[in-house]
Amino acid sequence: MTTLTAKDKQTVKAFWAKVSGKSEDIGAAAVARMLVVYPQTKTYFSHWQDQSPHSAAARKHGITVMMGVGDAVTKIDDLKEGLKELSELHAFTLRVDPGNFKILSHNILVVMAIMFPTDFTPDVHVSLDKFLAAVSLALAEKYR
Amino acid sequence: MVEWTDKERSIISDIFSHLDYEDIGPKALSRCLIVYPWTQRHFSGFGNLYNAESIIGNANVAAHGIKVLHGLDRGLKNMDNIEATYADLSTLHSEKLHVDPDNFKLLADCITIVLAAKMGQAFTAEIQGAFQKFLAVVVSALGKQYH
Repeated sequence: MTTLTAKDKQTVKAFWAKVSGKSEDIGAAAVARMLVVYPQTKTYFSHWQDQSPHSAAARKHGITVMMGVGDAVTKIDDLKEGLKELSELHAFTLRVDPGNFKILSHNILVVMAIMFPTDFTPDVHVSLDKFLAAVSLALAEKYR
Repeated sequence: MVEWTDKERSIISDIFSHLDYEDIGPKALSRCLIVYPWTQRHFSGFGNLYNAESIIGNANVAAHGIKVLHGLDRGLKNMDNIEATYADLSTLHSEKLHVDPDNFKLLADCITIVLAAKMGQAFTAEIQGAFQKFLAVVVSALGKQYH
């Protein structure tokens, strides 16, 4: 389920090329939705003065996350190795429960549907869903 | 019993009053069959489901998508008693159709994404929250009679 076929990789890279120009807006929107729709995720951001979904901190975090996703696209042929350091960060420092990767992935997909309704076809959707699941798995690699 | 705020009730009622079932139903079900292909196990009698194109063009899928989407109507009309409202349908899905209840969530996610694509920026986080809550309650009710 997490092996990306050649077609998946091609589809993800082509779609990313189309949307990466908006990656900051995508990230900010996905994080904002996550904080509103899944309020339990706010527990990871108690250090933010302003936990509201459109705060500067939330936007900055969305940008950071999408930069990570973009980086993962370039490392799509070996996500485990490519995301090793990010996995160590999430495992030992951030300690984000991996269940939350699925939540953020879902919100990224919702934002893609909103911002790119014609390009986010079912074929793109399945490859992107698989890709985000593979990224999530790679991020959880160092947890235990 | 699930608590609904007035705002949530109004959001959900609003969505359904503008819902194009003939558009969203087929799109949601076909997306589910494409993105989660194991769900095709229930539709072997539907004809050609070979690839995304054939699924999207399949008239049986389209008709069934509309039917399933209308299945949400009864929950909308009985928001304060969704669990009881879906008891019969839950038994049907368990004993006759043998659908893994985890699949209900997959379809719910596809309905959300198709609706988001249709509504664009109008599908705000607040609206997404209320709509997903409604779907989650229906999904839970549909799984209740499994044993």
